[in-house]
Amino acid sequence: MIARTASRREARVRNAVVIAIALAAINGCKREERRFDAEAPSAPAYAAVAQDTLQPGVPRPDIDVVNSAEKNAYDISEGKRLFEQWNCSGCHSHGGGGMGPPLMDDEWIYGSDPENIVATIVEGRPNGMPSFRARITNQQLWEIAAYVRSMAGLTPKAPSPGRDDDMQYKVDEQRTAAQPPRASASRGTPPKSEKP
Amino acid sequence: MSAMTWAGSIFDTAGSQAERIARLAWFIITVSTIVYVLVLAATALAVRRARARTARGDLADQAPETERRLTRHVLIATGVSTILLLVYVTVTAQTGRAIAWPMNSTQQPLTVEVTGHQWWWEFRYRDSVPSNWLSTSNELHIPVGRPVRVILLSNDVIHSFWVPELHGKQDAIPGHRNTTWLQADRPGVWKARCAEFCGYQHAKMAFDVVAESPARFNQWYVSQLASASPPTDTSAKRGQDVFVQRTCVMCHTISGTPAGSRVGPELSHLATRPSIAAGSLPNTRENLSRWILNPQLIKPGVHMPPNPLPPSEMNALLDYLETLK
Repeated sequence: MIARTASRREARVRNAVVIAIALAAINGCKREERRFDAEAPSAPAYAAVAQDTLQPGVPRPDIDVVNSAEKNAYDISEGKRLFEQWNCSGCHSHGGGGMGPPLMDDEWIYGSDPENIVATIVEGRPNGMPSFRARITNQQLWEIAAYVRSMAGLTPKAPSPGRDDDMQYKVDEQRTAAQPPRASASRGTPPKSEKP
Repeated sequence: MSAMTWAGSIFDTAGSQAERIARLAWFIITVSTIVYVLVLAATALAVRRARARTARGDLADQAPETERRLTRHVLIATGVSTILLLVYVTVTAQTGRAIAWPMNSTQQPLTVEVTGHQWWWEFRYRDSVPSNWLSTSNELHIPVGRPVRVILLSNDVIHSFWVPELHGKQDAIPGHRNTTWLQADRPGVWKARCAEFCGYQHAKMAFDVVAESPARFNQWYVSQLASASPPTDTSAKRGQDVFVQRTCVMCHTISGTPAGSRVGPELSHLATRPSIAAGSLPNTRENLSRWILNPQLIKPGVHMPPNPLPPSEMNALLDYLETLK
């Protein structure tokens, strides 16, 4: 009798584990979901980004924007496609940097948060980065920001796209070696002394 | 010209290549149908005879001479089938050879580079003078009676170029050049399609083919080669400003303006085209505004984003696009 109770409890635990794994797997499917009517994060979120940490009075609280595009493989791959097609590579050279600063290292002149990157694209930056204000839709801005951060290993690894619909010029993100954790990829906008 | 409702048929031929293909198709369909009917008839006959014999208690099936006779019949049937299949192979190879190359044409061929994109077609007409190279999208004009060399390229995944009235299918493969030949023997307007599944909007990746007399073709070519005429009225001028200062400029080209991106279809002479969105919609003002506002409602997954322009800008933009003759 005792043995039977034990085996029943075992079965119950096993069922619970199976259900938990199935639920996790179902949730994982969302990373491949293609949402064509997706809503971008609140559009002017980047507008709250300050260019400097110096300010009168009490320090402003650090805004924390969640970029939903970073959790979705399709959105990141779209960001990658736009990054190539709109010639971001012309200066940033697939993230390695050329005329423009590299994007795959841990040096961020104007901040590494999603809203910082969106602000950089929309506003432009001195010495070369053009302003794309009104020329790129919100959804696309956040997709590009997600891809830019994925190059530096700042996004979760799970949703990195397994393959592109486009011609590939380098190994898939999923097949590249894991990036080491980056100590100085801090939040906010650290005013760095480097010139772009 | 009802380009939208037209279904397309390989039997409605407009060129010698498609004619050869249609002839081959009819031959194979006819012979195969006859063979099919004969086999069914023989089976039915055999079943009836066997039943009758069983009812009679006849044991002739087990006699050695019956066995020999049946073996002979099977051998004959196999031999006839083999010969028929060899005939199929021969005529198919002959047809393939005959349509691979426009052997009997004396005219200088026209060369068109076709690039398949998700989900639209780009056409570049080559010329010995580089300034005469013409770039257009989703509409292929060809002169009647002149061979056209079609060089097939792809920018993303495998597509397939298919004008059913003129020729068979040929794949457009990324990183590889394929060549096929077309020649229209009569004027006409047809809908051509992508014939290789290429993603979400494969079904809405069509283009218009216009075969016309060489004189009319040249006229079209010259008009397309010219820069887009600058807008004259105020609203259209404002529309041009909207085009080059909003999202449009990131992907589209209009010659004679700063818009020169090659990501999406070329729009220099948009108003002359019968359809928009790669053959998905007739080119009307209403469809154009629906398409610009939210392409994702018409072709979900298409790479063009929704463009929520305020009505004043949208009207001006539509006024401008309608001047692109």
